[in-house]
Amino acid sequence: MTTALAEQGTLPAAATPPPTARGRRRRGSDQGVPRWQIYLPLGLYLLFTLVPFYWMLLFALRPAGSNALVPWPVTGEHFQKVWNERSFGIFFQNSMIVGVASLVMTTAVALAGGYALARFEFRIKKGFMLALLASQFIPGALMLVPLFEIFKNLQMINSLGSVVIAETVFQLPLSIILISGFIKNVPVSLEEQAWVDGCGRFRAFCAVVLPLLRPGLIAVGSFAFVHSWNHFLFALMFLSSQDKQTIPVGLNTLIGADSVDLGALAAGGVIAAVPVVIVFAFIQKWLITGFSAGAVKG
Amino acid sequence: MAHAVAKPPRVTRRRTGGPARRLPYLLIAPAGLLMLGFIAYPMLSVLYYSLRNYNVTKPWRNGYAGLDNFTRIFTDDPQFWDTLVFSGKWVVTEVLLQLLLGLALALLVNQTFLGRGLARALVFSPWAVSGVLTTTIWMLLYNPSTGISRYLADAGIGTYGTSVLSDTGTVFWAAVVAELWRGVPFFAILLLADLQSIPRDLYEAASVDGAGRARRFLHITLPHLKDAIVLSTLLRGVWEFNNVDLLYTLTGGGPAGQTTTLPLYVANTGINGHDFGYASALTTVAFVILLFCSILYLRLSKFGGEAK
Repeated sequence: MTTALAEQGTLPAAATPPPTARGRRRRGSDQGVPRWQIYLPLGLYLLFTLVPFYWMLLFALRPAGSNALVPWPVTGEHFQKVWNERSFGIFFQNSMIVGVASLVMTTAVALAGGYALARFEFRIKKGFMLALLASQFIPGALMLVPLFEIFKNLQMINSLGSVVIAETVFQLPLSIILISGFIKNVPVSLEEQAWVDGCGRFRAFCAVVLPLLRPGLIAVGSFAFVHSWNHFLFALMFLSSQDKQTIPVGLNTLIGADSVDLGALAAGGVIAAVPVVIVFAFIQKWLITGFSAGAVKG
Repeated sequence: MAHAVAKPPRVTRRRTGGPARRLPYLLIAPAGLLMLGFIAYPMLSVLYYSLRNYNVTKPWRNGYAGLDNFTRIFTDDPQFWDTLVFSGKWVVTEVLLQLLLGLALALLVNQTFLGRGLARALVFSPWAVSGVLTTTIWMLLYNPSTGISRYLADAGIGTYGTSVLSDTGTVFWAAVVAELWRGVPFFAILLLADLQSIPRDLYEAASVDGAGRARRFLHITLPHLKDAIVLSTLLRGVWEFNNVDLLYTLTGGGPAGQTTTLPLYVANTGINGHDFGYASALTTVAFVILLFCSILYLRLSKFGGEAK
């Protein structure tokens, strides 16, 4: 387990295994698997994963009309076009606002709810848990029309706030369950110690529990960000004017255009992918441990 | 906590009585209110409208309709059955293939080998990609004149101008492959997390007893993963049923309605057809079917039964 954890996040550890772990006597879960039985299927799967990404980069970077399989000479024309003429600059800003606002809102609300579930017994607890689980079965796509009417009554149509609320609400149930799992893993005795030392519940929570929740908060926060960055139906429905739209809606417009500009589409795709790829690279070492600590046990 | 309560019961209860008893309710209030307002209330309004005629373009017909909408669904709407069958086919195909590939991938990257960290990061990366971005990427690949088929034709495989998305014979599998591309990492990540919690001495003991790789997999790995498999397939099944963004953007439900799932049909009825009463009834039916299938699935798989 310790070797697995050490190698999981950091490449250098994987690149220089201790000499005893080489060859036949490695400590994998299955011993003595021939190398080709690992590298061959892995190579094939990597091809399936990476060729599509490469194809997008190729179209985004090579000049229009080129058929070369290597994007050389590199051109920025598609990016310039999509960022300025197709308003992806504005879309990017809107998507960022929606993503960060949903992240903050989801994490804060889920933290409070998750703490209540993890640390208290109260009368409607079972019912609340049930509601969280049941809400997983409600398709957001089917709630579009009633939600539209609600936001219309609140005069929030065509404001980013409507999308932030909708994304947060549908992200909340899983986030609460996840966070309460992480909080349960923090021993109550640590908190009680702080109460004895004279801290109030809130201060004890901030000083003792919060720092230990870092992996959980990172997991929940990045799920919320990625989810709302990616999601497109709410933005498509609730935001009508072009200066309010988000990246996925912009991409959909490019896809649906009468004559699709493939270079612009690919460049738009790269712009849509970059933040998510950065978030993914940042959290990927937490992702596996995060899931096992929060989701599966909790 | 338990000790403190056991020693001086009276005092503790009184001390934690007033504000502390209200605290959990205060803490769940924001989440509860948001969910009441933006999930429960829309749900109820869907139920309410399912019993009414409500069509923006035909306001003179609006009013109480009793069970008319439901009768129409079950007796007079072939499209409902078509889309339901397609939804089932889509969900089963996707979940099954994603599970098999995801499990294989998880077992693979759970091995110790050179460059494992990088390999994991790369194969998991489509996890974070959205439906619309998946469509973008696969549209570039599937494009008949500049996509991958053209280069394959150059190499003598297939023919020029193959358009997999507009051919009724290939569109299903074209969509399935695109969805697999971004769906497999979800299973791989979840199952890898669970694989790592299997105590290693179990395998060593089994090896000592002479169990081969296949038997160790069948008798140690699979039973251990069972709960994670049941849970992840259920969550993913519901998600695949409900999620429309890939099919909506990639095929638009076409060609000729061939790839229209039930939620996509509902969205079309409600949003483009403005027939909100009927769309609400369809939503209700979809929800009930989904809930029924999920409970049945959990029962049949004996979730959480013998494992703990």
